[in-house]
Amino acid sequence: MSKELTPIADPGLPEHQHRKTDVDPRAAKKAERQVAILFSLSALGTVLFVYAYVGIDQDLLIFLPILGNTNAHQLFLGLGLAMALFFIGMGAVHWAKTLMPDHEVVDYRKEQRSTDEDRAAFVEAAKEGAAAAGIGRRPVIKRTLGLALGLVGISPILLLRDLGPLPEDELEKTNWAAGVRLVTDPGDRPIKPSDLEVGGVAQVQPAFPAGKKRKLEDIAKDSVLLIRVRPEEFNLDPERLSWTHEGIIAFSKICSHMGCAVALYEQTTKHLLCPCHQSTFDVTRAAKVIFGPAARPLPQLQIGVDNEGYLIAKAPFNEAVGPSFWERDSA
Amino acid sequence: MSARERVAGTVANYVDERTGAAKWLKKNLKKVFPDHWSFMLGEVVLYSFIILLLSGTFLTFWFDPSMREVEYEGSYEPLEGLKMSAAYASTLHISFDVRGGLLMRQIHHWAALIFMAAMVAHLLRVFFTGAFRKPREMNWVIGVGLLTLGIVEGFLGYSLPDDLLSGTGIRIAEAIIQAVPVVGSYLAYFVFGGAFPGEVFIPRIYTVHVLLIPGIFLALITAHLMLVWYQKHTQYPGPGRTEKNVVGYPLLPVYMAKAGGFFFIVFGVTAFLGAVASINPVWLFGPYTPGQISAGSQPDWYMGWLDGLVRMAPPLETHAFGHTISWNILIPGLIIPGIIFTGMALYPFIESWMTGDKREHHLLDRPRNNPNRTALGAMSLTFMLVALINGGNDLIATHFDLSINQIMWGTRIGIIVLPPLVFVITKRICLSLQRADRDLVLHGRETGRLVMLPHGEFIEVHEPLTPERAYLLTQHEQLPALAVPETDEMGVANPQGARGKLRARLSRASQEQIPKPSVDEIRELESGHH
Repeated sequence: MSKELTPIADPGLPEHQHRKTDVDPRAAKKAERQVAILFSLSALGTVLFVYAYVGIDQDLLIFLPILGNTNAHQLFLGLGLAMALFFIGMGAVHWAKTLMPDHEVVDYRKEQRSTDEDRAAFVEAAKEGAAAAGIGRRPVIKRTLGLALGLVGISPILLLRDLGPLPEDELEKTNWAAGVRLVTDPGDRPIKPSDLEVGGVAQVQPAFPAGKKRKLEDIAKDSVLLIRVRPEEFNLDPERLSWTHEGIIAFSKICSHMGCAVALYEQTTKHLLCPCHQSTFDVTRAAKVIFGPAARPLPQLQIGVDNEGYLIAKAPFNEAVGPSFWERDSA
Repeated sequence: MSARERVAGTVANYVDERTGAAKWLKKNLKKVFPDHWSFMLGEVVLYSFIILLLSGTFLTFWFDPSMREVEYEGSYEPLEGLKMSAAYASTLHISFDVRGGLLMRQIHHWAALIFMAAMVAHLLRVFFTGAFRKPREMNWVIGVGLLTLGIVEGFLGYSLPDDLLSGTGIRIAEAIIQAVPVVGSYLAYFVFGGAFPGEVFIPRIYTVHVLLIPGIFLALITAHLMLVWYQKHTQYPGPGRTEKNVVGYPLLPVYMAKAGGFFFIVFGVTAFLGAVASINPVWLFGPYTPGQISAGSQPDWYMGWLDGLVRMAPPLETHAFGHTISWNILIPGLIIPGIIFTGMALYPFIESWMTGDKREHHLLDRPRNNPNRTALGAMSLTFMLVALINGGNDLIATHFDLSINQIMWGTRIGIIVLPPLVFVITKRICLSLQRADRDLVLHGRETGRLVMLPHGEFIEVHEPLTPERAYLLTQHEQLPALAVPETDEMGVANPQGARGKLRARLSRASQEQIPKPSVDEIRELESGHH
């Protein structure tokens, strides 16, 4: 920094102030004792840790203010470890601050840049190396090496191909089909309209043929929420109204935004809320989005009853369920 | 010579004859480190990383990274007999049936939160003091890389237990991948080995979490520290501290004892938190199933801003030509974070272009002396904070009796209006502080002592500053703004065109300063004007 930029001259490093421990041997002795006490506290912590490990029952619960019911084994293990570590640190820092020399030292910096000679020598060496390899004189080698290096990156990328199958049209499809019964989740029991009272909600899955196991991938697409309201509360176009049955309406439970389970149903307002990002859907208006970041209503499932009076799907979903993706065709 | 000295001598001789280390060590054992509390923030990052490696290694001895379905038979009764993944079951086993297991899990999780918090605090310190300037731009870029990786690593870490909460987080990550135009659904199928959630995800992210990212971390942290060592640490301005020197304590013994002791303090505090403060009690959430969810789903704090952005995004999707683009996911989930992190990484280069300053800097700025940078930092921070607040909107709604609707609209408007407002206010505050500094130097400190002059006038006695303090308040540079290059040697007007104009404008804005007391003003002062 040039002189004219600093109107007040640098007074230089302030004079060194001696600490009490530097001039008074009794203060130094006291600091020494303090450090020793801190290190001893650490040793005590380790003793506490060992005692907690072998001596405190793993299931022992004790009541403590603020913390409430706490597992004593885990608590004292932790406190012991914390003490053992913390006081080593405190001791060392106290030692450094009170007893080790506190004279500030000045060191000098040099510019990062190398000297001009060094830089010139480096350029020379690099040129010499390149010339020795003859890369400039042999263009065929240069070009084929470029080709090889450009292509070699393909192999590791290609190797990742088998990480998973291609999606094909799987994202568009669920296990719902015409005539498939709705079964409770959990329980796997078929249900009748009378099982669901007005104001009630039930989570259902498509019935699987005996022997087929329901996997999490199925649940991630098939989960459906049944909600029963009084039929006159619906505000649906005739087609969508025909998809309901005696006031029971069925929606995909997988959020059309990012795929969370849309689990919160507010009975008074007839709103479904996704707890992840608070997209809110109006049940009486075919799950229209009334708030939040979701851009599409929850897909509605067409339901009815079979001859035995059990609820069935009358058709598969007419659009993909869950979050959007590039190939998704339906608006 | 005592016996101890003889042994030490023998060892030192043995090592030096084989490595020639003495030459390097004689210089570096006395290496000088400047001392300031804010320099500890980076240390906290390093120490919590070590704690993470230690506690994480412990956890791997019992954790089973598999999505194989098992029936729980451990000692936590409420989940007895339930079907769950081996990953979740082994997490329960660590929590309830391994002595000290829960403690280690909680230490690991707390250390991760501290790691991220310290990293952000360290970043802010480096930013606001201008420590990223030449020659340290590379280290800044490495730091941004570490921060980005830290967010990913933390997310993968709390996804591993495969509980209901973490599974929901993975579902959201899957939706973001799936939203990528053209290749999204392919990428999602590759990552999850097929349809979500599949059975390969936990083992895959386990390898990434315990091997790949920690390996990159280790390499980057090493490079980061080697550069700090080689370039020597920056220092705050003050008497006797210049661009050419470094003032502080020698590595041996003071700095070593302080830094080493501080590691134990950080570890002790983390262990204390692990002992008394429950974190991520996965047994309460139950195993993951895509059909269920727990209310009040919250990511860890360093992901909260991202979740907040996603929550406040407008419900926009484009459907055209048989394809769908989810702007409501792409903008908050990929585009805005991309802009933020790229901008952050490029900032040192942008600033040096704006100011035209290509010199080395080792003395830190007082934030007020660079109003534009400080205002920019405060503005970015405001943006992130508003997003973070919306990430916790459900909890804020229940705690403060507000509706989600109010908070959502408040933050949607706030994230656009508040950052520029904060920019302007911060810049004004900085300039006011500069003015206050100037007044202090020229008029001294107000003593609060009133004196009546012989002719009856009352004045307050001002005491001149100590030379040290006056120097501190005037040592900074005030560079002139760059002008638009008018004509080049060939007579072409403004050869850089619009770029030159933009640069001159930015430079003017960034060099807006209250002039510090000039040499003449000081001289006048010293000649007894007051």
